[in-house]
Amino acid sequence: MDRIPILKMGDALLITIQVDIHDQIAIALENDLTQKIATTGARGVLIDISSLEIVDSFIGRMLDNIAAVSRMLDAETVVVGMQPAVAITLVELGLGLTGVKTALNVERGMLLIQNRLGALGRDRAHRP
Amino acid sequence: MTNEKDLSRIVTDNLGEVTREWVVKLKADGTLQTGRIKESELETECRRFLELAASEMFKPGDSAQLGPIHDMLGSLSRSRALQGFTPSETSNFVLAVKLPLFELIGRQLGPAEQAQTMMALTAFIDRLALFTIETFQRSREEVIIRQQREIAELSTPVVRLWGGILALPLIGTLDSERTQVVMENLLQSIVEYSAEIAIIDITGVPTVDTLVAQHLLKTVAAARLMGADCLISGIRPQIAQTMVHLGVELNVVSKASLADALALAFQRVGLRVISTAPEPRAGLA
Repeated sequence: MDRIPILKMGDALLITIQVDIHDQIAIALENDLTQKIATTGARGVLIDISSLEIVDSFIGRMLDNIAAVSRMLDAETVVVGMQPAVAITLVELGLGLTGVKTALNVERGMLLIQNRLGALGRDRAHRP
Repeated sequence: MTNEKDLSRIVTDNLGEVTREWVVKLKADGTLQTGRIKESELETECRRFLELAASEMFKPGDSAQLGPIHDMLGSLSRSRALQGFTPSETSNFVLAVKLPLFELIGRQLGPAEQAQTMMALTAFIDRLALFTIETFQRSREEVIIRQQREIAELSTPVVRLWGGILALPLIGTLDSERTQVVMENLLQSIVEYSAEIAIIDITGVPTVDTLVAQHLLKTVAAARLMGADCLISGIRPQIAQTMVHLGVELNVVSKASLADALALAFQRVGLRVISTAPEPRAGLA
């Protein structure tokens, strides 16, 4: 089965969705990501959806779920690169993704996460 | 049939006279009064119409044969519509030709032929008048549709105020269709300019009811999903009161004026405006 790779960059996890995402992949991603946050102790999750052109309510809810789960594990989710059409669709579906932080591109999203890490203090580097 | 051929010949022979009488009749009806068309112009049009009508159109036949005269009347009524003539003025142009022609028939033809010829002529002229009105109406509708499109395009510009700061001055009522256009424009511009902050200025929105507020919030939510923050500015005092009375809450940062919103935007992106003027003079500070 197709899986979406999850890359670790320092204290952040980077997910780039580059294939058409369907429900199975979405569920697998949610599981994998939860595992990965728990094992790596990541503090930030960056999801790049700039290649995503079609969304439905399920994908929208998945993004919300991922954010909620990550928050529970003390990691902040930033969704970056959403296409205008996707944004309009999500709003029309009534999914404002209020629990998710957003940024225009990966660069700015990374900055958001780094700011948060900076605010948390440098002692994070010496976690057990 | 002989009498139609006769009529055609009679009209051709008396072209000048009929034209003159027709123009006199049109002037009496007030066509020239508004000054939108000159007398010489009107006379040329009348003559051209009669030439076309006489040479081929008094033949018995259906409208399929009426090519040149339809073209002429079509362009005439289109220009009349654009010049702002009323429908009755436009149709009267064609209908007024009846009287001079009837008089001509009365003078030139015997009583036996008169009735038949007049009937054929009336049917012919009426058909042309109907066609004129139809074209007139269609031209007016085209004008309206074009204007609607222009208004829709004109009223939703996205302005780049500074690197990363966009302004969206809204003018006119926000309905669902316009909201869609506004939203698409804004989101596209956010991508294009890599904007961080978008200021939606609603100074030009006459009323804000629950529906308009909902549309605004949708736009704000969509921009947020793209990673841009929205500020709303230009809420006039009466509108603020109405919104509170209606129980509408925007739940976004709102400022009274575009200047205040811009100041906040500068602060958010870490910019500061400083004055380069020399020391303020006493009394001005």
